[in-house]
Amino acid sequence: MKARSLTPLLLLLLCGAFLLSLMAGKVWIWPTSWAADNADGWIFLELRLPRAVLGLCIGAILGLSGAVMQGYLRNPLADPTVLGVSASAALGGVLAIYLGINMLPFGLFGSAMLGAGASIALLLAISRGGGPIGFILGGMVLSTLAGALTAFVISIAPNPFAASEIINWLMGALTDRLMTDVWTALPFMALGGLLLLSTGRALDALTLGENGAKSLGIDLIRLRWIIVFGVGLAVGASVAVSGVVGFVGLIVPHLIRALYGEQPSRILLPSALGGAILTLTADSMVRLVPGPGEVRLGIAMAVLGAPFFLLLLLRYRKGSL
Amino acid sequence: MTLSVSNLSFSHSRQPSLDGINATFEAGKLSVILGPNGAGKSTLLSCLAGVLKPHVGTASVDGTDINSMPATARAQRIGLLPQGAETHWAITSEALVALGRIPHMRGAGPSADDLRAISAAMSATATDGFANRSVTALSGGERGRVLMARVLAGEPQWILADEPLANLDPGFQLDILGLLRRQAKDGKGVVAVLHDLHHAVRFADHLLLLHEGKLFAQGSVDDVITAANLAVVYGIDARLFKDDDGSTQLIIKGKIKS
Repeated sequence: MKARSLTPLLLLLLCGAFLLSLMAGKVWIWPTSWAADNADGWIFLELRLPRAVLGLCIGAILGLSGAVMQGYLRNPLADPTVLGVSASAALGGVLAIYLGINMLPFGLFGSAMLGAGASIALLLAISRGGGPIGFILGGMVLSTLAGALTAFVISIAPNPFAASEIINWLMGALTDRLMTDVWTALPFMALGGLLLLSTGRALDALTLGENGAKSLGIDLIRLRWIIVFGVGLAVGASVAVSGVVGFVGLIVPHLIRALYGEQPSRILLPSALGGAILTLTADSMVRLVPGPGEVRLGIAMAVLGAPFFLLLLLRYRKGSL
Repeated sequence: MTLSVSNLSFSHSRQPSLDGINATFEAGKLSVILGPNGAGKSTLLSCLAGVLKPHVGTASVDGTDINSMPATARAQRIGLLPQGAETHWAITSEALVALGRIPHMRGAGPSADDLRAISAAMSATATDGFANRSVTALSGGERGRVLMARVLAGEPQWILADEPLANLDPGFQLDILGLLRRQAKDGKGVVAVLHDLHHAVRFADHLLLLHEGKLFAQGSVDDVITAANLAVVYGIDARLFKDDDGSTQLIIKGKIKS
């Protein structure tokens, strides 16, 4: 099969993207000075390494969650933000900055995870017993509510500096992350990622519709719990450390489907790899744009993602998707 | 071997309801559930498949309550071809048929047993010719057979088919009916929801006629398909007569004016 030889290629690309992310920046740091006891070595260990590891994890989680959400809802236009988890975690983060909790250790992270946790609980309550429509509507309501509250918090920020700090964080970036950020987020992402990877067979069964899946012995209630917890933990943790990075979850499964075919279980792991490659590459690119400061990763992704999304919609309407 | 429901009632705002159904289906027979739209045919079949849980009464296979069995054990014994021929992704016919093995799969990949069952199901339905074609590129007749192969691949003792003939031309309809008949001859229990009375008259070993959520009649073709029953349940004027070969023939003259 063609797909067999693709996975090593993706792994190779991932290694390349990871190395690029370690080296690229206003200052290029070549592998020879990674262990050096000077400014370059210090930048590498304290800045580049955590940033690259986070980029890898967040990208993988977003790609994987996107593939799972599209498989579960049997809709190629779904992505993890549909659930409202990102928006809720973002609200948690924004509140932490507003209240100054972000000065405490784990304050921002904990507050964002609380937001994600609240959205998990609300989602399960709202969509109890209902089909995917109830689930999507619940997520949309949650997303809208959290977005409005976030805007409200920004509007009552005590001074322009606080507002600008909040907005900056919201836009999503991997700058100035530390190894402690990695260690804090990693367990949540790993647990969520494992939960999501376990859904493959059930997602395949859903190809036959809900009754078809149920008749094959798939417990759809259990599947929903796994997905809500998986996305909640993994995406919640990724928002908590990096703000909202959009479009990865939407785009990557499509690219992977074009390579691997459309069977939901087959695209889960490749989507994680693809998400990591895309995020690492985009995050390396934003560092290379000349000028003071750097383009926020969230912005870069949206600028990249929106035209892709439009293209997708056009193809979808032509019926060629 | 039997599949039976006793005193089964089901009510839900989004689904036609059922009221106190008692029926037993036997292996080796092709049983057909008839009734007008909204009579509760699909509801009954879904309860038999364990997809819906009855509010009162039980559905059981060989005396064991379906809803107290582990879901995979139930799925190994009872296969359902749901209404509507849903297929959501452009996967190959073979990959779709392989989904029927899900209740049997434990490890990562398919076992030798899985592969044997998949290829047997595809040759029984004459779908091996387009094993590598995407299901979205198939004609209605081809897709109908692939979906049937998916059910057969699970090698269930019971095959439940909800309107398996919808959207098929007469030739393909007879193909599918022949397939169901053969499965029954091989000792499987087959229960199908059908709309076409002519097919029911010709192919059914056992008939159930539902009307407004209740069991109106059950038994052999001659017991159930009578002019009087059809007039009450469907509001149609039907004539029945015996053909030269002794088989029952049905002609629908028209709607009874009320």
